[in-house]
Amino acid sequence: MFRFIVRRLLQLIPTLFGLSLLLFVWLHRLPGGPETAILGERSTPELRARIREEMGLDQPIWVQYGRFMKRVLSGDLGTSIGTKRPVTTEFLERFPGTVELTITALIIAVGIGIPLGYIAARRRGTWIDQLSVGGALLGICIPVFFLGYIVKEVLAVNFGWFPTTGRQDVTIDATRVTGFFVLDGLLTREWDAAADAIMHLILPGIVLASIPLASIVRITRASVLEVVQEDYVRTAEAKGLTEQTVRSRHILRNAMLPVATTIGLLTGSLLSGAVLTETVFAFSGIGAFIVEAIDRRDYPVLMGFIMIVAVIYVLVNLLVDLSYSLIDPRVRVR
Amino acid sequence: MALLEVKDLSVVFARKGEREVRAVDGVSFDVDAGEVVGLVGESGCGKSVTSLAIMGLLPKRGVRVSGQATFDGMNLLQTDERTLRDIRGRDVAMIFQDPLSSLNPVVPIGLQVTEVLTRHRGMKGEAAKKEAAHLLERVGIPDPTRRLKEYPHQLSGGMRQRALIAMAVACAPRLLIADEPTTALDVTIQAQILELLKDLVRDSGTALLMITHDLGVVAGMCKSINVLYAGRRVESAPRRVLFAQRHHPYTVGLLGSIPRLDAPKGEKLRPITGSVRDVLPWAEGCAFAPRCFNRVDRCVDGPPELVWTAAQHGYRCVNPVMEAETAK
Repeated sequence: MFRFIVRRLLQLIPTLFGLSLLLFVWLHRLPGGPETAILGERSTPELRARIREEMGLDQPIWVQYGRFMKRVLSGDLGTSIGTKRPVTTEFLERFPGTVELTITALIIAVGIGIPLGYIAARRRGTWIDQLSVGGALLGICIPVFFLGYIVKEVLAVNFGWFPTTGRQDVTIDATRVTGFFVLDGLLTREWDAAADAIMHLILPGIVLASIPLASIVRITRASVLEVVQEDYVRTAEAKGLTEQTVRSRHILRNAMLPVATTIGLLTGSLLSGAVLTETVFAFSGIGAFIVEAIDRRDYPVLMGFIMIVAVIYVLVNLLVDLSYSLIDPRVRVR
Repeated sequence: MALLEVKDLSVVFARKGEREVRAVDGVSFDVDAGEVVGLVGESGCGKSVTSLAIMGLLPKRGVRVSGQATFDGMNLLQTDERTLRDIRGRDVAMIFQDPLSSLNPVVPIGLQVTEVLTRHRGMKGEAAKKEAAHLLERVGIPDPTRRLKEYPHQLSGGMRQRALIAMAVACAPRLLIADEPTTALDVTIQAQILELLKDLVRDSGTALLMITHDLGVVAGMCKSINVLYAGRRVESAPRRVLFAQRHHPYTVGLLGSIPRLDAPKGEKLRPITGSVRDVLPWAEGCAFAPRCFNRVDRCVDGPPELVWTAAQHGYRCVNPVMEAETAK
């Protein structure tokens, strides 16, 4: 187990190296550069050249890459061209929002998706099944920005049940400890701040959950349909076990493997930011910031954010792989 | 009165848009308390479906079950699901064909045994574990305490079947249904498992319904034998009577197709020609007629009736084999 983890972490090194090289070359080959974003379209070529020189962008690309790697290896991700603040600071400020949003979306998607998928499979062909399969299809098809605006208009603007934007109400003066607003509220016992942060998470959480929810319903349904035909489920029934025991111990536990894989992949992609959802709800996460950085050709931010997200992605998938051996004893981690 | 009285049991698979299949067609037989009864036939003859129907384990949708299966005065086919769950595993238990796929791969053997004890005997924690270890020991699994913690894939085939048997006999059921319990096992293990089953039913007074395609399996242990073909009982007799004289050509064929070590050199096996799919609908005549070596024109005049002799020997054939040597 320990050796498995170490080996996977060591694999991370060539992965990150390759990714950084690819990303660096690719970003710098994009037409335009940060100088255009800073100076505007109508600036003189001389002025633009001076800025490029100041930022070292006139050097050959391998020299630039060498400098970047040297800085990164000493633990410095550089300074944002757009905000003039360290990339690490920017990341630490925004990533907790993304994590909170991801967790919320996952709780919604898993909490509804697994039971719904199970019921759909057990009541195969009934209206419940058709409704959930149809709903899942709709969840995948409906554009996120559209769903986002509808949900916001109806539940936040019209009914006023939820706040419309942001992560925390401006009137609440919450103490910051970790940057995770809900956690901060709980740690400092500022219950109103925690409750307010949760309320801010619900609507974007629902919107962000729509696609993962749909995937989980479909995978769970398919997996349960397969498992219920297995001989060991018949054995469990022949033992006269209660329906609950057959369901949780014999059906769901076996049906969870493919679902766990899906949840792992979904978690990875959710953590890399939810641009549309963040934009609709003016929610401060990493997604919208990355898009902004692409516009500004903010190389340090892009390099730094994407590399960190890649590390997190790998770690999440490592956790998923480890969870297999918990679910299925036949999977031996070596 | 018999412990289990199956009367006129029929099972029809009727899926929407598909042709109806009558898998079991008016089967009747009895199992007395403490008695071993064999249900014999090829794959597809309806023997497994019969056992699943008795247990109430057939899917609810697309299946029509009719007739009676009276266990201890209660018709299991009319019993509600809750009562059935109380009876299953406690009064009537079942062992299946493939021990690996019949065990839950992600649950330790111990829990798969104790869950029966918890459900039907209210045993929990250490007491349940102790009893489970005792059960494993009783079915001949060495080092039972260690085995309790292991998973099915860590056990050998014979060991798995023993574990399944331990789960089935955990509550000392009055009836045990064994559906091809030895088919997936090596020959040497087969004999051990049969011995084990024989010992268990003798010691505990459990009745055993033995379902198999192998007449050799039932030869040594059953008090009476029922032979099924295409969903109907074609021959039924006490074991001694049947092995002395088989009337139905199908039964003759079944026995003739068992390889024997003591057969004279050069003697060939006599397989039954064709497959179970070459059946005639019973309404038009004998379903076995297309494969029968003793066929006459009368065979396809209409459905043959079950004829009974004085020795409780029943056969469904218009041109029965009358001397044991005829087949050879």
